[in-house]
Amino acid sequence: MKLSIPEREIMSPGHLACQGCGAALAMRYVLKSLGKRVIYSVPACCWSVIDGPFPYSSIGVPLFHTAFETAAAVASGIKAGLEIQNDEETRVVAWAGDGGTFDIGLQALSGAAERNDDFIYVCYDNEAYMNTGIQRSSATPWGAWTTTTPVKHFKKERKKNIVEILAAHRIPYIATASIAYPEDLIKKVEKIKTIKGTKFLHIISPCPPGWKSPPELSVKLAKLAVQSKIFPIFEIENGIKYKINIHVKKPVSVKEYLKPQGRFKHLTDQDIEHIQQDADAYYEWLLKQEELSNE
Amino acid sequence: MRSVIMGNHALSYGAKLSRAQVIAAYPITPQTEVVELLSQLCANGDMKAKFIKVESEHSAMAASMGASATGARAFTATSSQGLALMHEVLHWAAGARLPIVMGNINRAFGPPWSIWTEQNDSIAQRDTGWLQIYASSNQEVLDSIIQSYKVAEKISLPIMVILDAFVLSHTYEVVDIPEQSIVDKYLPPLEMEYKLDWKNPHAFGGLTKPDWYYELRYQIEEAQEQAKKLIVDTGKEFKEMFGREYGLVEEYKMDDAEIVLISSSTIASTLHVVIDELREQGKKVGLLRIRVFRPFPSEELRKILKGRKKVAVIDRNISFGHEGAFFTETKAALFNEKDHPPIFGFIAGLGGRDVTPDVLKDIFNIVETTEWPEKDIYWIGVKL
Repeated sequence: MKLSIPEREIMSPGHLACQGCGAALAMRYVLKSLGKRVIYSVPACCWSVIDGPFPYSSIGVPLFHTAFETAAAVASGIKAGLEIQNDEETRVVAWAGDGGTFDIGLQALSGAAERNDDFIYVCYDNEAYMNTGIQRSSATPWGAWTTTTPVKHFKKERKKNIVEILAAHRIPYIATASIAYPEDLIKKVEKIKTIKGTKFLHIISPCPPGWKSPPELSVKLAKLAVQSKIFPIFEIENGIKYKINIHVKKPVSVKEYLKPQGRFKHLTDQDIEHIQQDADAYYEWLLKQEELSNE
Repeated sequence: MRSVIMGNHALSYGAKLSRAQVIAAYPITPQTEVVELLSQLCANGDMKAKFIKVESEHSAMAASMGASATGARAFTATSSQGLALMHEVLHWAAGARLPIVMGNINRAFGPPWSIWTEQNDSIAQRDTGWLQIYASSNQEVLDSIIQSYKVAEKISLPIMVILDAFVLSHTYEVVDIPEQSIVDKYLPPLEMEYKLDWKNPHAFGGLTKPDWYYELRYQIEEAQEQAKKLIVDTGKEFKEMFGREYGLVEEYKMDDAEIVLISSSTIASTLHVVIDELREQGKKVGLLRIRVFRPFPSEELRKILKGRKKVAVIDRNISFGHEGAFFTETKAALFNEKDHPPIFGFIAGLGGRDVTPDVLKDIFNIVETTEWPEKDIYWIGVKL
């Protein structure tokens, strides 16, 4: 029987992730697909800690820890260094959180994407600066509490659409993924392995301490995010060809997704309606993009 | 082959002859010709290197780090605002013990905008762990790049080769461009002991608690100390193969000098002419050029300055609220010596103001006619 999730484990137990960490699962799945011939560039983010303190490391592949805004530029350098030494095969991954991607690392990411440098950029998105203690990032959704968007002044700005920014660079492949849909995630990494140029993978990664949600609900929340259309699962080829990979036929309400999360508990019904409309509208827009792509 | 080239191209040819494998750079006046020539050399196949045309200096250094960490020889060049933007990553490159070599063209910071020479950009990087070499001719620029790779790769620390904006960067001088085959003998291919290698996976730079961080910093200091002898030794080896020698400092007419003028970069080259003139007038004066600022050659300075009557340091930089950096370091090196000579500190030539032989003669006159420094710092030629 051929397994849809590779059996091999590259990552070791004993890492320092919190219970129910979505980012730890994301790493585990991505490595299962990538295998050992890979080098990681990791900027300041939860994973700078999760991997383990010196002299320990849990991911089982070479990892270069680097400064917050440099994940993409370091990855470009690693790839060039390997290629000039006649190693075309080793894959390079920039592995960053949402702060290092949406905010401080955006310039380096844009530069690398414009050059179409040949590596995989993975953003594990837990929707705030979780490692420093839950401060808002531009990936924090409208309505969320964080330590810098206190309940009385919860975040009033929408989440930045990083995928559309990357699409505007016309890189060969962009995809969203969820740790609740590992088969879809693995399929995407397998596809990425066949593509040259800059690949961007955006993985929604629930964070129990930051989302104020029970650790055992992380996978369920990552599923509800998809089923409520908050985080649609799709891919974009060459910046213009859209394909929704998980069609939401019978959507659940956003309320079901928001409710188990303490970070949203202050929201009124009206606020929740606002989020619902926003999610519906984006999903509609994506359907149209998919339709246009098929014409 | 003897050619007439500008300082910027001396950097480019230095990188080419050193067989740099990855170049990541961003343009800034007055450094642009460095990357323009390197782009051409890479594009037409004269250099077997990858050129990453990054979107900022911050990424230039970050990409250089990535390349260097795989064991490739990395080169970049910048200036002024660009170097300041790199600041964070300069610490990272040194902390990661990566033997990157970079050219920096000394240029003043804005505001107000200035594109002319001043050392504040590189002086502001003195605590990053990078070695700093200040060159005083285009020949020395080219030779220093080659020598720097040899030193950097032995001690696993990055090196900055520094030259004055326009006075060197855009001035054409006769430069002997050595044969590639001889450079290859001097500088073998890079073999890094620790690098990113999928067959031997390790994490580099992971969270290190106070129980080991301190030792890692001590090792950087040890490497800086080790560099002093290495620079002298590789400089002698360089002389055997290329006929030109470079050490930590350069002495000129110092044998019987009673008054010693200390400076760096092109102010020091102008001082050669001034000292010749003053010698003709019977003045016992000599030049001590500080070539290597990090590691700082304290021991050499103590040895050379012992028993001299007076010392003057001319700085083309200013640590606001204090004085020039070479002055501070020189005084500090001599402080614990018994009976050390008086040391005068001068600021000159900021923002590219010409430091002419007449300016330098004025400085000499002050030193000659003043028994002991009357003020902490002398600003020369201020119009206010």
